[in-house]
Amino acid sequence: MKLLVVEDEIDLLEVIRQSLEKENYLVETAGSYVLALEKIVSYEYDCILLDIMLPDGTGLDLLAELKQMNKSDNVIIISAKDSLEDKIKGLEMGADDYLVKPFHIAELNARIKSVLRRKSLNGKNTIEHANVKIDLDERQVWIDGDELVLNRKEFDILSYLAVNKNRLVNKTALAEQVWGDYMDGADDYEFIYSQIKNLRKKLKEKLAGIEVQAVYGIGYKLVVA
Amino acid sequence: MNLLNYTLKYLSIALLLVISIWAVLFYFNMIDEVQDSLDDGLENNKMLVIQRVEKDSGIIQRSGFSEHNYEIKEVTEKSGLKFKDKYQDTLMYTLNEEDMEPFRMLTTVFNKDNKYYEMKVVSSTVEEDDLVRSLLYSLIWLYTAILVSFFVINHLLLRRIWTPFYLLLKRLKAFRLDKDQGIETGRTEVKEFKELNAAVESLVAQSVGTYGSQKQFIENAAHELQTPLAISLNRLELLAENEDLSDQHLEAIGQVIGTLQRLTRLNKSLLLLSKIENKQYGEVALLSITTLTKTLISEYEDFAALKSVQVHLKEEGPLEVAMNKDLAAILISNLLKNAITHNIAGGTVNVSIGPNGLVISNTGRSVALDPEKVFKRFKKDSQAQSSTGLGLAIVKAIIDLYGFGIQYSYTDQHHLKLNFR
Repeated sequence: MKLLVVEDEIDLLEVIRQSLEKENYLVETAGSYVLALEKIVSYEYDCILLDIMLPDGTGLDLLAELKQMNKSDNVIIISAKDSLEDKIKGLEMGADDYLVKPFHIAELNARIKSVLRRKSLNGKNTIEHANVKIDLDERQVWIDGDELVLNRKEFDILSYLAVNKNRLVNKTALAEQVWGDYMDGADDYEFIYSQIKNLRKKLKEKLAGIEVQAVYGIGYKLVVA
Repeated sequence: MNLLNYTLKYLSIALLLVISIWAVLFYFNMIDEVQDSLDDGLENNKMLVIQRVEKDSGIIQRSGFSEHNYEIKEVTEKSGLKFKDKYQDTLMYTLNEEDMEPFRMLTTVFNKDNKYYEMKVVSSTVEEDDLVRSLLYSLIWLYTAILVSFFVINHLLLRRIWTPFYLLLKRLKAFRLDKDQGIETGRTEVKEFKELNAAVESLVAQSVGTYGSQKQFIENAAHELQTPLAISLNRLELLAENEDLSDQHLEAIGQVIGTLQRLTRLNKSLLLLSKIENKQYGEVALLSITTLTKTLISEYEDFAALKSVQVHLKEEGPLEVAMNKDLAAILISNLLKNAITHNIAGGTVNVSIGPNGLVISNTGRSVALDPEKVFKRFKKDSQAQSSTGLGLAIVKAIIDLYGFGIQYSYTDQHHLKLNFR
């Protein structure tokens, strides 16, 4: 999978690149409109992360160019402008998703994978790790063909961790994903632990080939045992 | 005491003084004039009598005034020669008044046939006490009339002249730095008021500008901090994924991440506050507070369970409010978060929703908080280290934005009462 990251903030660009490379993507970067346009014209990408505010142009113009060239590259807009109009405009112009800066890397991963899954053949929205299969549309989990019944929060935690397999997902990102944006500021997210505990127990009972590991007060990660 | 009455007060004192002095001067002047003219009359009478004496010496023998206004008596040559005309005030009995009345008397001496006669000519004069009394009454009437007319003129005319001033005052009283963009002053022809209006307008414009740029600064600062904070966190997370790290290192990284997250939360809250105050949450919809509260209570279930706090909802009627959806959620969730955080193990949070408002009560420290300070920024319970101290400040900002009301009270629990009307 080949990705292009268009972002003028070098620090952020670097963090995104490093993080995506851990997912074994081929990552190319562009720090300006001109550089990005050059790459877009010359190559095909599976997914393009597009910043709207660039020093020499706007990401929306790049998006327009892309559509004019009839390219089918997937586009996720990343922008600090969280106004609704920008969001709608971007999506209307053919972007696949919209992510407001600042975002958690885990969230970016999830969005990219979701876009790529939708693009890939037969459009099945499932994740498989070891003997565990997660159907994101039907919100069902099977272990060796056996259904594992989870409550809403457990399912959200499992799927979010599964999308970010082997990656550290911090507690804030997890809480925002599962409990909603309004939970932030509520202590140290210790309350996540009780749901994680239940999830682990259920996975273990069904002899799942994956497990949820805690990473030193930072967060959790899902690994294949 | 207002300005009109204030001037009236000093004017009445000054007027009293002026009128009193004038009255004294007027009185003495008048008395002087009266005596002068009486004396002239007496002098004339004297000459008439002397002329008559030349023709009819019989009257010299008369003594006593009886029906005439003179009396004549003979005096020695010695005293007659020495004598000079003398005017004096005296009292005489009058029949009509049956009392002693004031008279002006001229005493003179004349010579007839080498005999000296003393003659007294009298004329009735003004009764001074009567004069004083009637003068006093007139003056009191005059004084009252002046004051009343001044009062009326003041209220009719001056009130109109001062209208721009009172208008400005009214607008200044209603002025809110965080709400109004400027101040409108009325038109006036009076130079002083024109200057006052101009001064107030420029002062207000300056304040509004400063306030605006300060608000803008906070928002910009918070906004600019977001990305560096996020990048630092991302970098630390990438670092934490490194396989070679020891547990000790991971723990240290975890602590830094925790601190940075607190900073991020604080920054987010500041940004939110600025956005609320800068009215960046426009879209308003009619939404059910009851439904929203139910959803949020279920989201806070785990958090409440961790804190061993029971949350109860009591519905006393439907509550629908027109406000921004996000702000409503932030409002209710901040209240819930606050009630759960500042609670005791085994404590309760009671939310009751009625047609007009919502009351959220929670157990907690058994000391009433200062209602003045509850909603202040960075006012926090020292025990809750990770709280930003902005939760209730945000609640207050949202309440103020929509003109709702909120009150804190303490009985055996802490109560926050929201009024959406």
